Parts: sequence; C-alpha cells; structure tokens
Amino acid sequence: MAATVKMTKPKGSIEGLTGDAAIAYALKQCDIDVLSAYPITPQTIIVEDYQRFFAEGQVKTKVIPVESEHSAMSACIGASAAGARVATASASAGLALMWEVLYCASGMRQPIVLAVANRALSAPINIHNDWSDSYGARDSGFIQMYCQSCQEAYDTTIMSFRIAENHNVLLPAMVCIDGFILSHNVERVELLPDEVVRDFVGVRVPVQPLDTDKPITMGPLCLTDYYFEFKEQEDKAMREVFKVYKDVEAEFQKVTGRSYGMYETYKTKDADIIMLTHSSPAGTAKAVVDALREQGEKVGVLRMKLFRPFPAAELAKELSSAKAVAVFEKCLSFGAPTNPLALEVRTALYDLPKKPMVTDFVVGLGGRDVPPATIVEGYNKTKQYLEKGKAPLYETLGVRK
Amino acid sequence: MSMKLKDLLQAPEVLGSGHRMCAGCGAPTVMKLMGMSLRGPTIVCNATGCLEVATTIYPYTAWKVPWIHVAFENVAAVASGIVEGINAMQEKGRYKQEHVDVIALGGDGGTFDIGFGALSGALERGHDFVYMVYDNGAYQNTGIQRSGATLPGQETTTSWAGKAEPGKRQRKKPIAEIVAAHRIPYVATVDPFHYRDFITKFRKALEVEGPAFIHAFSPCPRGWRSESSKTIELARLAVETGIHPLYEIIDGEQYIMSGPSKSLKELKPVDEFMKLQGQFKHLFTPQWEDFRKQVQQQITADWELLKKKCGVE
Repeated sequence: MAATVKMTKPKGSIEGLTGDAAIAYALKQCDIDVLSAYPITPQTIIVEDYQRFFAEGQVKTKVIPVESEHSAMSACIGASAAGARVATASASAGLALMWEVLYCASGMRQPIVLAVANRALSAPINIHNDWSDSYGARDSGFIQMYCQSCQEAYDTTIMSFRIAENHNVLLPAMVCIDGFILSHNVERVELLPDEVVRDFVGVRVPVQPLDTDKPITMGPLCLTDYYFEFKEQEDKAMREVFKVYKDVEAEFQKVTGRSYGMYETYKTKDADIIMLTHSSPAGTAKAVVDALREQGEKVGVLRMKLFRPFPAAELAKELSSAKAVAVFEKCLSFGAPTNPLALEVRTALYDLPKKPMVTDFVVGLGGRDVPPATIVEGYNKTKQYLEKGKAPLYETLGVRK
Repeated sequence: MSMKLKDLLQAPEVLGSGHRMCAGCGAPTVMKLMGMSLRGPTIVCNATGCLEVATTIYPYTAWKVPWIHVAFENVAAVASGIVEGINAMQEKGRYKQEHVDVIALGGDGGTFDIGFGALSGALERGHDFVYMVYDNGAYQNTGIQRSGATLPGQETTTSWAGKAEPGKRQRKKPIAEIVAAHRIPYVATVDPFHYRDFITKFRKALEVEGPAFIHAFSPCPRGWRSESSKTIELARLAVETGIHPLYEIIDGEQYIMSGPSKSLKELKPVDEFMKLQGQFKHLFTPQWEDFRKQVQQQITADWELLKKKCGVE
C-alpha cells in the first residue's frame, strides 16, 4: 500500500487469510447484532466462517440463514430498522436477486454492510470474477468500495460501519473484493486486537428506530408530492460520504498506521499515460508500470477505491496533467457508448480545459485472466492512439474476436 | 383476557380513523380485531398491498404502533430481521423492552403467491412472530387480478368470464394447511363476523413460542362487486357455506374445528355467498350451471375432508 505509514501498532496477530475469511473476521470483531445471509460462490466462506464463530460461541450475533438473497437483504432491513448493527454478503446472481431491496435499504436509510465477492452474471453461468454484479447496482444508493488486498478487505469492512452509520450519511455500504482472486487467495493479514476494533467501531446509535414507546411509520407510500424530496436527501447524504470517509480513514490510520484513500496513485506525478482501474487488476498494473518505467516509459496507475460516491473533482485534478488515461474495467455495458468506469472518468474530465484522451479497455470478463501482457497491450494501444490523436470509445482485450 | 365487548372496546386502537381504505373494506375491521388481541408492545410489518398504500400515504399515517413496509414479497423476512435484531440487542443489554410482539401482515397475493418463499423460510427458521394474511381473494390493490387465493369461478381482470371461460378455473390454495405442514405451533383461520373467535385465536397466536399463522377472511366490495353494507354478512356466509371454515391446527398435526363452524348442522349452498357478488354473476347463466355445481361439489368435498381431519361426526 502506497499510503502505509509504519508506526507503533497495537498488538494484534498476523494470519494468513483469504479475502472472505478476513471479512468474516472483521464482522466478528465489529460485534454485529445480526448477520442474515445466503450462500453463493465465491462469497460463501464469509457465511461459513461466521456460522462457525456462532457455533463456537464466539459471537453474540443472531445469524439468520435465510432462504434467498432477497430475504437476506430484507431481514437486514428489518433488523437495522429495529436499531441493530447488521451485515450480509453476496455475489453475482445473489446480488441480482437482492436488487429490488437494495434500493429499499438505501431509500430507508439503513446502514447495512454488504460484502460482495464480485462475480460475473449469468448467462452463461460462470462463477469467476468480473464487476458486472456490483456495477449494475451502482445507482442503488449503496456506498461502493473496491479492495485490492485481503488486508484492505479486513480494514475496509471495519471502517464501513463507521461510514455507513454516521448520522450525516446513513446509507448502506458495499465492500467489494474480486471473486476467487481475492476471496479465495490467502494473504498476510494483520488483525487488530478485539478491543481496538470494538473501540473503533463503537455501538451503533440508530436514528428513529422502530420503537414501541415512540411509534413511527417507516416505508410509507410516497407519491408525486414528496418522493422526489426523499431522493434529493439520499443524494445529499451520498455526497456527505466524501468527508466522512476521509475522517474515518484518518482515525483508522491513527490506530493502525494504514489508510488507502478514496483512490491511490502510483507513479502518476510525471506520467504521460495513467492507467486507471481498481481491485485486482490494479496490482498487475502497478507491476507493469514498474517494468515500463525501467524502459523509460512515463506511466503510472490510479487505483480507484471509492466508486460510489465517485470522487470526480479530485480525480479530474489528479488526471489533468496526463496526456491520456487508459481505463481497464471488468464490465461490459451492452449498447452503451462506453462502459461504467470509463463513463464516470470521462464525465469527471469533461469540464477540464485541456482534457486527457481516455481509452477504455474491457478485460477479464467471467474471470478471464488479466495478465501483464493485457495491460501492456492496452498501454501500447493508448500510446498509438495518442500519436494518431484519436481513439475508439472502447474495445475488448484478451478475447477471441 | 376478557371477551366482554365493553372491555374489548377499551383496547387502544392500532389503526386510527382517517385511513383511506374503501368504504366497506373488510381489512380495517380485521385490523381492529387484531388490535383488540394485543398483549403489549407490538411492531407491525406490512407487505405491499391495499392496506399498506391506503393507510400510510406520506406525510400521513393511520398507524398508532411502530409500523414498517419494505416490499411486496418479503414481509416475513423483514419480520425475521426485526425479531432477531431485538433478540440480539436484548442479549447484549441494549434493548429497553423485555418483550415485543412482532406481527407480519400480507394480503393474499403477498402471502399465497409472491411472498410464499419468504414466508416458508421464516416458518422453517422458527422465529417467534405472528403472520396474518388478510385474504380478499385477488390482487385488489393493482386492480382485481387473480391470485392463488382466487376462488374457482371468480371473475377478475386476469381471469375474465367470457364465452369460453367461467372466470378462474383452478381451485384455491389451501394456505392454512400448507403453512401448518411446516409443523409450526399454531395456525388458525378467522373471520371478522366471528369477532370473539378471531380475538381468542389471535391472542393464542401471540402467546405461542415460535411462528404462528392466521388466515383472515376479508371481503372486498370493490373487487367483488358487492354492496359495501354486505361485507360482514359476506364474512358470515363464507363460514356458513364452507368457503372459509373456521379451524385451528396445532403443531401441524392436531386439527380442531372452531365453534362457529362446528355448530353448523349443514353448509348453506355456495350460491348464497356468490349471489351477493357481481364477480360470480356469470355463473348463474345456463352456460356455467355445471361449472357452478362443480364448485359446490369441491367446497363440499373439502368440508367433509376437513371434518374428518378435525374428528367431527
């Protein structure tokens, strides 16, 4: 991690954990009241590990082994409305089945934490990684944070409760990791002592819960006269996330020495071409940058972490001095002029007086490997397009045409 | 609890006046009787449906107890979450009430059909809550479409009566028995005409440990094309004709016929129930005479089977 600062850290333990296991452990330490989840590959380890904590009497959480992901999120909303701290986990088809209630969770302003092990959508059915699932839910009112390492998944899960439950925010949050690539890979994870996490996350202070002493009506019918105001408030709350995210991270850094930022820059200062991506391809891109730098190429990486809300203003500043931005993304938006990540980046850059060229490479769908060669190919293409002064809106890489 | 009408009327109401349910709708009466059955702090969860939309048009609400609506097909899951959230907070010493009753309400569409998966899951998991379906025989809220609760011969906007069709052809799902097959502690059918029976059963449902299910019959003048003044009479006729017999099922095993049904010497003809409603009008034309007889036969056969299960006669 570029932003890691070494300092005296509280004595925790160091473990080899998969991304899923790291998230499950974080949830355990956050002392959640309810976990309501359904198994789906590659998220299942989270639920399995948590049920083991429960079976061993290590948590006081009520675990609801629901009959579907739709009910998983619905039970989360109920528990959260009662004032509990709640979490769930899903992926792919499971997230798709939750779709309807994702909007209910955010519209009802319930700070639910949802861990997503990103996986391709059917059909054809595929269990491997791409970002189609959570990208599809990018307008659902969930905060979205994409992690690059198991350590980051652990840390982000802990921080996510503080961000979501903040009274200026009160929105649900997705903590996303790449399915299998992170969910099932064992990495070194520094765990915090239980009491440090407990002190950091505190106890949820709900705003207007279902209270029999103070009865309120939640989730009423709301028509032309007020619906829009609710959405206006939701949008405002989402914009509050920037500040709260920074504050929570600053506090987390004080405790742990670790922070990640809304995005991470890697050798971008003098870069002519900045490769922009997130999650696991970002790690590969950094290795490619090191190799290209040795050959004298002026290239860097901007790794997004916070995708919702999208830090457009900061990003525009960060990218403004580059000649081109090469976006690598694991999602195809059929029939769209360009794909979700590039769409956001282009919008962020649109008002710059001198805009970098943006290229958009769709890679790794359905878990197709994204080796350094694919990143290099995108880089070389971007260089050529710069020389020509013209680039296609997007293209796919690493696929039989 | 006292079953004297004078005492029952002292119960604080759960649904205030000024709600926007149709004149003659059975559901507000069903809610009133539910309110008379309560024993303490209660949270109500409501599936999408007539009751939900007409009682909570923002910024107004008719509900005097904590109430939540999330979506159509998930009220049992929402209730699961509330029950377990409260349990967890109680165990951690963060909840002030010693006990809160949680009730989930759904219409027949939200219960027999789209919400059935969530209901079945919640019953299997055994959360301590009461689920009540107010069954008005169709998706009345969206404009009278057929549901799994629609009776054979009933005309709806998705089961029209025409030259070729007599309305819905299929039988009604026996929801109480399907629910009881989950072996939950308590299932009962109720009817707003028999209010003492209703309140007694609802109270029992609250008192058992684990899930309980109440199947309430709820006439709908708008959908049924019936006089708004005939709602309670229709509710009574539903019991007397065997359309909605009153019984309890304990632990999914023991069937008990309830007083009002048990005291019936014989069923009244289903015609008496149908005649008061425009939605069965076509069945009284010569073309559908036979179909109407078949419906009667089916209701009679179901009644005989129920009597056998209850050990009556």
